[in-house]
Amino acid sequence: MDDLLREFLTESGEHLDTVDAELVRFEQDPNNETILRNIFRLVHTIKGTCGFLGLPRLEALAHAAETLMGRFRDGLPATSASVTLILLTLDRLKEILADLEATGTEPAGSDDDLISALERMAEGAPEASEPEPAAPPPPPEPVLPEPVARELKPGEVSLDDLEAAFLAAPGPDESAFAAAPAPQPASAPAPKAGAAPVEAAEAEPARAERAEGGGGEGEATTAAKNNQTIRVSVDTLEHLMTMVSELVLTRNQLLEIARRHEDSSYKVPLQRLSHVTAELQDGVMKTRMQPIGNAWQKLPRVVRDLSAELGKQIELVMVGAETELDRQVLEVIKDPLTHMVRNSADHGLESTAERVAAGKPARGTIRLAAYHEGGTITIEIADDGKGLNLAAIRQKAVQRGLASQADVDRMTDAQVAKFIFDAGFSTAAAVTSVSGRGVGMDVVKTNIETIGGLIDIATTAGRGTTFTIKIPLTLAIVAALIVRAGEHRFALPQVAVLELVRVDAGAQRVERINGAPVLRLRERLLPIVSLTGLLGQDAAGTETEQAGFVVVAQVGRERFGILVDEVFHTEEIVVKPMSVKLRHIPMFAGNTILGDGAVVLIVDPNGVARQVAQGSQGSGGHADADDDAANEVADSKTTLLVFKGGQGSFKAVPLSLVTRLEEIECAKVEWLGGRALIQYRGRLMPLVPADPGITIKSEGTQALVVFSDGERAMGLVVDEIVDIVEERLDIEIAADRSDLIGSAVLRGRATDIINIAHFLPLAYDDWARGLKRPEQFSTILLVDDSAFFRDMLTPVLKAGGYQVVTAASAEAALSTLQSDQRIEVVVTDLEMPGRSGFDLVAAMRRAEPRVAGLPVIGLTGAIGADAVERARALAITDLVAKFDRAGLISALAELGAETVSKAA
Amino acid sequence: MQAANANATGANGATTNGAETGATDDFVTVYVGETLFGLAIERVHDVFVPSGVTPVPLAPAEIVGLLNLRGRVVTAMSLRRRLGLPDAPDEADGAKASPKMAIGLEQAGETFALVVDGVGEVLKLGADSREAVPINLDPRFRNLATCVHRLDGRLLVILDVDALLGFTAAGAKAA
Repeated sequence: MDDLLREFLTESGEHLDTVDAELVRFEQDPNNETILRNIFRLVHTIKGTCGFLGLPRLEALAHAAETLMGRFRDGLPATSASVTLILLTLDRLKEILADLEATGTEPAGSDDDLISALERMAEGAPEASEPEPAAPPPPPEPVLPEPVARELKPGEVSLDDLEAAFLAAPGPDESAFAAAPAPQPASAPAPKAGAAPVEAAEAEPARAERAEGGGGEGEATTAAKNNQTIRVSVDTLEHLMTMVSELVLTRNQLLEIARRHEDSSYKVPLQRLSHVTAELQDGVMKTRMQPIGNAWQKLPRVVRDLSAELGKQIELVMVGAETELDRQVLEVIKDPLTHMVRNSADHGLESTAERVAAGKPARGTIRLAAYHEGGTITIEIADDGKGLNLAAIRQKAVQRGLASQADVDRMTDAQVAKFIFDAGFSTAAAVTSVSGRGVGMDVVKTNIETIGGLIDIATTAGRGTTFTIKIPLTLAIVAALIVRAGEHRFALPQVAVLELVRVDAGAQRVERINGAPVLRLRERLLPIVSLTGLLGQDAAGTETEQAGFVVVAQVGRERFGILVDEVFHTEEIVVKPMSVKLRHIPMFAGNTILGDGAVVLIVDPNGVARQVAQGSQGSGGHADADDDAANEVADSKTTLLVFKGGQGSFKAVPLSLVTRLEEIECAKVEWLGGRALIQYRGRLMPLVPADPGITIKSEGTQALVVFSDGERAMGLVVDEIVDIVEERLDIEIAADRSDLIGSAVLRGRATDIINIAHFLPLAYDDWARGLKRPEQFSTILLVDDSAFFRDMLTPVLKAGGYQVVTAASAEAALSTLQSDQRIEVVVTDLEMPGRSGFDLVAAMRRAEPRVAGLPVIGLTGAIGADAVERARALAITDLVAKFDRAGLISALAELGAETVSKAA
Repeated sequence: MQAANANATGANGATTNGAETGATDDFVTVYVGETLFGLAIERVHDVFVPSGVTPVPLAPAEIVGLLNLRGRVVTAMSLRRRLGLPDAPDEADGAKASPKMAIGLEQAGETFALVVDGVGEVLKLGADSREAVPINLDPRFRNLATCVHRLDGRLLVILDVDALLGFTAAGAKAA
C-alpha cells in the first residue's frame, strides 16, 4: 500500500467519524448551517480524494451522499429517514475503507441499492416531505434500478456548480440559507430538534480547537490548516516521553544533591533546568493528550440508533468533552465507555410507557461527564432510569455461590452492586429481562483496572444509576504513596488508596481472628495484610503490628488494609516496567527511581488483593496456586483426615480411603534401592512422603497414614496427624500439581486435599495397572454429580483394574450409555440433584436392550428400607454406602463372578 | 541453545585462527572466590561499584535486587549464586555489606548488573591457549562456560553472557 493511500485511509476514517457525529447533531438542529457546511465539506473531500486515487466505488457512494446533502443545503428538510440513509451510506463507506485497508484494493461489489435510494431521496426534494415515508431507507435493498440513476446525471452537474457557488460566496449563501429552512421546524424534525441535543456548546470547543489552526473560519481554510499540523508517529512520541521521563528523574536527583550542598553555585542554573524540564514534561505529555470527546464521538450515533431500536426516547448529555487524557488511556476506555452507555440505554432506562407511569419525563437522560480531579480523571455515566435491582442481584450472587447469604446481607448496597462486574454475572437475568449484548461488565472492569483505574456504582431505586470511573491521567507517571515496610521502601499507587489509619497497641489496634489480622474501622471489620508478610520477610511479624499505619485500599469489591511500618509522602513517580526476570511476581507493578536516587518497587494493589482473598499471607505455597477457582460443590459432608505435611501446611484426605493410622519407630525404616520400606504385619510396606518437603525422620517416631488395597499397603509419610473433621467439602482452588486435588477451607484453615491416585504408583509401579484382573467386565460408567467423588473413586476403580468413564449427571450418563458401547456396568450415585440415580436407572430400563440389561450398583449415603425397595424394583444389583470403597470393589467383583457363572 | 552458541563461537574462533595466526579476543576478567572468569569485552558495557541495591522480595535467588545505574533501573544478579556458590562471607553476614564490583551487561534491551567479587585486567587471548570445557566440571559451570584458557599459573573460564542471563523465572525457582 502506498503512503498516499494510507494517508487517505487515516484521514477518511477520521472524517467519517466526524460526519457521523455531526449528522446526528444536524438532525436535531437542522437550522445550523455551520454543521451542514462542515459535513458537506468533509464528504466532498472524501469524494474528491477517491476520484484522485481511482476508487470508483467509494467515489460513487460519496457522490450520491453529497448530492442528498446538497439538497439539505437547498432547503430539503432533514428527516430522520434521510439522515438514517446517509448514516447507512457512511457505514458502507467505512466497510469499503476497512476492506481497502486490509487488501489494498477496493472490494468488488455494488452499491446500487444505496445510491439509488439516495438519489431517489434527493430527487424527491422538490415534492417536499411526501417521498420520505415512501422511501423507507433502513432496509438495505430497496432495489431501484437504472431509470432513477440516469435521470439524475444532470443533477450532479448542477450540484457541483452549486457547491462552487457556495464556496465562492459564503456570505450571501448564509443569508439565503437562513431564509430557506424557515418552513422546516414546522414539519417532522420539530420534535426531534429537542429530542437529543448533544450539549452542543460543550462539544463545540473541542471541535473548534481542531478546526482552528488557520485562524480563519469555515471550509476555505482547509488547505492552510494542513500546513499547521503534522502527523507524527506514536512511536516517536513514546520515545520522547521515555526520554523526558529519564530527564525528570535526573533532575530530581540533581535537586536532591543540591539540597545537600548548601552553598552550591549550581542552584540558579539548576532551578532553571528544573523549570525547563517541567515545561518539557508538560509539553510532551500534551502531545499524548487527546480530548476525551474523541472517545465519545461515536456515542451520539450509538444512542440515536438504540433509541430507534428500543423505542425509547433518549437524551445524551455530554459534559466535559474537552477534558484531556493520555491517548493510551483513551484507547483502553473507548470500548468500555461505549458499552456502558449502551447498557444504560438498554437496561438502565425504562421504556417510555414505564417512565410516564412512574411520573418521570418521557425522555430518559444519559449523562456523560468527565472532569479532572487530582491526578485522575473522573468519568461519570449516569442515567435517570430505574436503578439496579439490588434484591435480585443479592439473590443471584447467592445462587451463583459468589457469596453466602450472610455475607450478602451484611454487604452495603454499593458492594452488592459491584457483583454485576463478576464474569458471567448476567445483568440481563439479574436486573432486567432484556438480554445483554457485546462485552460484559466484567470486561469493562478488567479494561479499566488494567490501566490502574477504578469503577464504582451508585444506584437509587427509581432514580437511576451512576457509574463513576476514575482513571489516571497517564500511565507513565503516577502519584504514589511512599511507605516503609521492614527495611525497605515501597511505592503504593495513590489511586487505590482510600485512607490512612494509624494503628498502635491502644485504641486502634490490629486484632486477630484465628491468626488473621483485622482492624475495626468505623464499626466495620477490615481484613489486614502486612506488607512484609506478603513479601515473605515476616521475621518480626508480631512486633511490627503493634504500631504502624494501615493503608486502606480498595480494588474492585475488595476493601482491605495494608499494614506498613511508616508512611513518608506522596510522590509523582515514573513507572518503569519490571525486568523480564521479575515480571512473574504478582505483587509488583513496576519500579521507579525516587528523588534520592534509590530504586523502589511499586506494589500492585491488584496483586495484593488477590493474595488477601486467598488468605495465604506468608505461606509461599499458595502464591503459585491457580487463581481459577474451580467451584466444585459437594453438598454432602465428608469426613476428612487432616495432617501436617510439608512446611507446616495442612493437607487432608478422605478418611474413607484410609486403612489405618500408624506411629512407627524411625529406626525400623529400612532403605532398599533408594526407597524407604518398613516391615509391617509381616510384609514390606513402601513409605512415600506426602510432600516433597517431608523427609523421613531418622530418629524418634514417624507418623504414617496407611492405605491398603487387598494385600498391598502403602505408608504415606506425614509430619503430624492433626484432626479428623467432618465438613462440607468445597474445593475452592484446583491445584495444578498432580499430587493435589485442590484446596479447601477446613475449620477455617486453607487445606490441600491430596490425590491418593498420585501416590499409589509411587509405592508400587504396577498398582495402577491392576492387580487382580477382575473376571469379565472391565468398563464402568461412574455417575456422580460431585466432581470430588468422581475424582476420588476413579483412581480406586482404576486401581481395581477397571476402565472408568465418568458422567456428572443422569442426562450425561444416558447420552454416554447411548454412545459408548464398551460400558458393561454402571455405578451411580442415587442421590443427585435434578434427576436422581433412581430416575437414571428407570430411564435405562426403558431404553434399548443393550442399555436396559446393564447391571447397576447404586451408591447411597444411607441405605434405608425404602431405598432397598426401590432398588429392587429397578433391578439394581447392589447398594453400597457411598464411602465404602472396599464394599464397592467387592460388589463389583461379585457382579463379575455372577456374570461369569451366568455365562457358563 | 547454549550448546549451539558455544559451538558457534568455538567454530568461529577456530576458522579465524586458521586463517591468520595470532588473532586474539579481548576478555574482561572477573573473579569469584579463587576462580577467574572471562567475559567477552564487546558484551561489557560498564564496570562499576554497585551501591544502594534494593532487594526484590519473592524474586529468584540469583537476583540480588535492583539498582540505579545513572538513571536506569538495572537488575543485579549475583554470579556466585548463578554458579551455585555460597555467598561471600562478608556478603552473607550483613545486608549492609555491599558487593564489591559489578559488570553492566545488556540483553534484549535490558541492562543487567553481574555482581562479582572483583574485576581484573583485560586480557588479549589467542586460540593457542584455548581448551574445551572439561567434561568433569559441575553442570552449572559447564552450561555457562564456552571454553577455558590456560594462563600462566591459573585458568580462565570464559562465560557465555547469553547463557548467564538466560535463566527464566521458573528455571531459577526450580534451581
